[in-house]
Amino acid sequence: MMLNRWLLVGEWRSHIGQALVTLLAIAIGVAMGFSIHLLNSAAFNEFSAASKDLSGQSDLLVRAKTALMDEALYPQLAVYDGVAVANPVLELDIAMPGKRQARGDYKLKVIGIDMFRAAQIAPDLLGVPEEGKAMDRLADDTIFLSPAAMSWLEVKQNDTLSFHVGIQSVSLRVAGGLVRARSGQSIAVMDIGAAQWRLQHLGKLSRVELKLKDGVNHAVFKDKLEQHLGTSYAVVELENQEARVANMSRAYRVNLNMLALVALFTGSFLVFSTQALSIIRRRQQFALLRVLGFTRRQLLWQVMIEGMMLGILGSIVGVVLGYAIAVSVIEFFGGSLGSSFFPGIKPDINFEIWTALIYFVVGLGVTLLGSIVPALEAARAKPALALKLGSEDAAMKKTSFPWFAIMGLCLAVIFTQLPVLNGLPVFGYLAIALLLIGSIALIPHVITWLFAATVTFRRHIRMGAVGFLSLARLENAPNHASIALGGILASFSLMVAMAIMVTSFRESVDQWLDRVLPADLYVRTAAVGDLGGFHLDTQQIISAFPAFSRVDFFRTQQVLFDVDRPEVTLFARPIDRIDPRNTLPIINDETHAVIALDSLPENVLPVWVSEAMVDLYGYQVGERVMLPIGASTHEFMVVAVWRDYGRQFGAIQIQLDDYRTITGDSTVNTVALWLQANVSMQQVIEQLRQLPFGKELEISRSSDLRAISLEIFDRSFAVTYLLELVAVIIGLFGVAASFSAQMLARAKEFGMLRHIGMTRHQILLMLATEGGLLTSLGIMFGFLLGWGISLVLIFIINPQSFHWTMQMYLPWGWLIMIAIVMLITATCTALLAGRRAVSKQVIQAVREDW
Amino acid sequence: MKQSYKKNKKRFVMLIGLLFLMISVMTVNDSALSSRLLPVLPDHLLVFPNDYGAHPDFRLEWWYITGWLETDDKKKFGFQVTFFRYATDLNFGNPSRFAAKDVVIAHLALSDPAVGRLMHREKTAREGFDLAYSKQGNTGVKLDDWFLVREENGTYQVDMRSEDFGLQLSLRPTQKPMLQGDQGFSRKGPKPEQASYYYSEPHLSTTGTVFKNHQSFSVDGVAWLDHEWSTAYLDSDADGWDWIGANLDDGSALMMFQIRGKKGDRIWAYAALREVSGEMRFFTANEIEFTPIRMWESPHTEAVYPVSMRIRTGEIEWQLIPLMDDQELDSRQSTGAVYWEGAVTLIKDNRSVGQGYLELTGYVRPLTL
Repeated sequence: MMLNRWLLVGEWRSHIGQALVTLLAIAIGVAMGFSIHLLNSAAFNEFSAASKDLSGQSDLLVRAKTALMDEALYPQLAVYDGVAVANPVLELDIAMPGKRQARGDYKLKVIGIDMFRAAQIAPDLLGVPEEGKAMDRLADDTIFLSPAAMSWLEVKQNDTLSFHVGIQSVSLRVAGGLVRARSGQSIAVMDIGAAQWRLQHLGKLSRVELKLKDGVNHAVFKDKLEQHLGTSYAVVELENQEARVANMSRAYRVNLNMLALVALFTGSFLVFSTQALSIIRRRQQFALLRVLGFTRRQLLWQVMIEGMMLGILGSIVGVVLGYAIAVSVIEFFGGSLGSSFFPGIKPDINFEIWTALIYFVVGLGVTLLGSIVPALEAARAKPALALKLGSEDAAMKKTSFPWFAIMGLCLAVIFTQLPVLNGLPVFGYLAIALLLIGSIALIPHVITWLFAATVTFRRHIRMGAVGFLSLARLENAPNHASIALGGILASFSLMVAMAIMVTSFRESVDQWLDRVLPADLYVRTAAVGDLGGFHLDTQQIISAFPAFSRVDFFRTQQVLFDVDRPEVTLFARPIDRIDPRNTLPIINDETHAVIALDSLPENVLPVWVSEAMVDLYGYQVGERVMLPIGASTHEFMVVAVWRDYGRQFGAIQIQLDDYRTITGDSTVNTVALWLQANVSMQQVIEQLRQLPFGKELEISRSSDLRAISLEIFDRSFAVTYLLELVAVIIGLFGVAASFSAQMLARAKEFGMLRHIGMTRHQILLMLATEGGLLTSLGIMFGFLLGWGISLVLIFIINPQSFHWTMQMYLPWGWLIMIAIVMLITATCTALLAGRRAVSKQVIQAVREDW
Repeated sequence: MKQSYKKNKKRFVMLIGLLFLMISVMTVNDSALSSRLLPVLPDHLLVFPNDYGAHPDFRLEWWYITGWLETDDKKKFGFQVTFFRYATDLNFGNPSRFAAKDVVIAHLALSDPAVGRLMHREKTAREGFDLAYSKQGNTGVKLDDWFLVREENGTYQVDMRSEDFGLQLSLRPTQKPMLQGDQGFSRKGPKPEQASYYYSEPHLSTTGTVFKNHQSFSVDGVAWLDHEWSTAYLDSDADGWDWIGANLDDGSALMMFQIRGKKGDRIWAYAALREVSGEMRFFTANEIEFTPIRMWESPHTEAVYPVSMRIRTGEIEWQLIPLMDDQELDSRQSTGAVYWEGAVTLIKDNRSVGQGYLELTGYVRPLTL
């Protein structure tokens, strides 16, 4: 197929810029998708493997529904029929002083083990002491750190590591490293007895890992043990652990992948517009080929090969680029992509050949998809008609299917009503894709109607030749116009949608923070495991301060509701009995009822649940639920739903008094303080610092907490912003490409206009008017479409992914600014492209054989 | 991948081993002397039944039983059962129930000529939660499902089983305890503090069951129990020792050992022969001789052991013939100790006169990492 190659090379050589831009767009789309996939899967796999390593080769593990269990169960499990080894573990995340909370990696995972038991289940966790100091592994003042933890904490063997536990400080000697830790994994190991004592968890364990004897049926054993243990304990299998880790970050990972696909989608639009215009431009060339004996099939093949070559090259570049991006991101920023889902690890990027292939195929597929319609059209054209001048616009007529577009839009609306699929908002994303496709397909028709409607208007109003020509052109060549418009529409609408969504989210979080941080100061102890930190005596000392007008105590705990899901946070605090809305950001609308506290039956305890509890556990207002609080489960009634942007896996709140009655635990972790009117905050902080335990307190102003929360919010959206920017840039490329391609295709038209007396300046003005009008239209439709997409994002995808709802806020200033930038960019592109076309010799432009 | 896992596993094994190298060689250097743990002093009378029990004030203690067993169809087994208690000398102030104050280590070994090599298992655990303990007042040690207990009437019960073999024995004393050294004060080196409290119970009449590959065999035989505790034990120049305890057919009991120095010299030697009458005969160092007759090279560790020896106490000479050559206990897979601990027959004048256990330690060079 010499001819094929010759045609292809010829086309690319003469329009190398366009070919390169298209190739780059595909490459960037594929690269974004692939690198995000690599980063997320690497981080996830590493995190999952690291959590799995901690449990070593155990078959099952037993834990309490609350964060910690009584050690008395350990000897029972050790001699339980069928158990070969029982490995007790106390695992605590401890805040390290001087490490930034906002970065999400301020906690060190400290694992207390009995080396003799752990050696049989998780030997990698054993400490490696200095030679001749073997007993350090059983000592009560030593800690072993993984290499990553050593470098993170900037300590080495025999240094002292100090931190706070509750309101006490603890110093331990770094006795060495670990037998094996994953690279980048920050963990520490202590003897379990030392950990219980030094970390103030006497009598407590996090879990007991079990290895069963050979030949014991796991399922039967598990059932029997579950019955024996009752409802306050959970018997967890490895699969549950994996599911739990996967559930923790799944929504986040899927959403990022979707955004990456959006970038690829805008890339495919670019392919479509360049291919379509290239075909219009070469219409006569193809007609000639047909006349000379080329069959339809051969012509179709020719155009598809062009697309395929672009797709193959672009996808290869994209895969390589994606890998390079992933590797450098890991190298310079770590693997978490700004989220805090994967703390304490540093993953390695593996070049996954099959995934690479999938992304290659997706890239190629998208390119082929973009070229199939133009290719079919080129093949279908009647050579005799095509050879004539001026038939270019007709060439694309068949590309618009109004029914298809309407159907797509209708389907999109239907999809927004469908529930989650497998816990993911699949239909929400499909709805967005359909909205985009449908709108773009509808454009040529809208343009025709719109500009036809201006005919009457044009009759009555005197306008210059330039304006007349521009409008006429747009009315009568809607397909040319729609190609350019499609690009503007796609990129602008996505930009608008993302902007609205992020703004709404941020505003909602901002307002929510006002509601949940009403006090002036929040005082916490160094949070470790289940520890309350403040005992009654310290609580009284703080309450006795004259500077405070109000003091609220909080007890928080992590509670396991479902072995496959991350823990739910339990808050016990004083909640306003007359109007709980004074304490909690309660949602009270048509879908969320609220039960008044005074209408509760006697002896029924109220619980307020977050939206995630409704989505994940099906809690309904008015429902009676059994909650694993304290040593057993207790019945509560759900009285209202409150909004929580802090914990997407669910949170519940109960009265502190109820908690104390049930558990007998009078300690608290957090104190919220309201200052008297005439007291300075600085003074109060100094007074608190002077308390006997003052140095160990973590004192935050509510403004600081707020700033930290918003910083975390912004960081986790940083990747989103980046992806959005890439999509917009590709969209702008599309606009530029379609404008310049049009200009070249219209060189003859410009030549003709020059012949009938238009000046170069007038033609440019005409082009600018056309470009400006088109862009304005694009922005208008784009805004509508973007708004529609943002509705899907805000009201469908977010609640389905993260289980929280938000109010909608429109960032008008920002929207207007990007609209103007878009308008200027597009008009300038049209002008620049036009200058090239107009600069041709008039005679040369009208010659047939250019 | 598999290679690296293996490598890691090996590394881990050696690391665990380091903790117990101390126990297998029992070289305690001066810096390890603790203000809390008591030294072994002369002129101390052992008091029974109290001294049958554990002595947590001393660093190291063991109950150690060896013996010969015979099935109904005259098949012979040798067995060794040891419970160690090791005081970590740490965690005094630690109120945790997990506080590692004492560690219990148990060894189980069975010599079966039909198998041709020593079958053995080890376990280690910290004392606590009734899962592992060493009781005071009378012998009572336990590690998970393994235990050794001395009943009121003096009979010991042992139950130690693993997946593929195990023992359940009842051992009845037929003689009084044999106090070693000076009324139970047994020196191990030139310095006075290099000593232990040490008594033996020879001629334990043994009955019970041997479990092997899901089969069980009724057995009876004769066993020997050693109970020894100390804080500082061996000279730092010590390389290892050769030890034998033997129940002689005429009812007498022989215990002798020598401690070898690193320079090929002999640091200490001891031998005692107790007649049926109860009369103890002690021998001086130059009356004691261990002369290798035949060496055996271990295919597992490449250590070369004098598995057959000629031993002399004064004018009496015995020859030691092992039940089988490969009675090496190679626990580098777990606790790291490597020694030869084997059933031997005592030959005098070409006639079998008794049965005992020979222990050879320090023949494996410490592995260099």
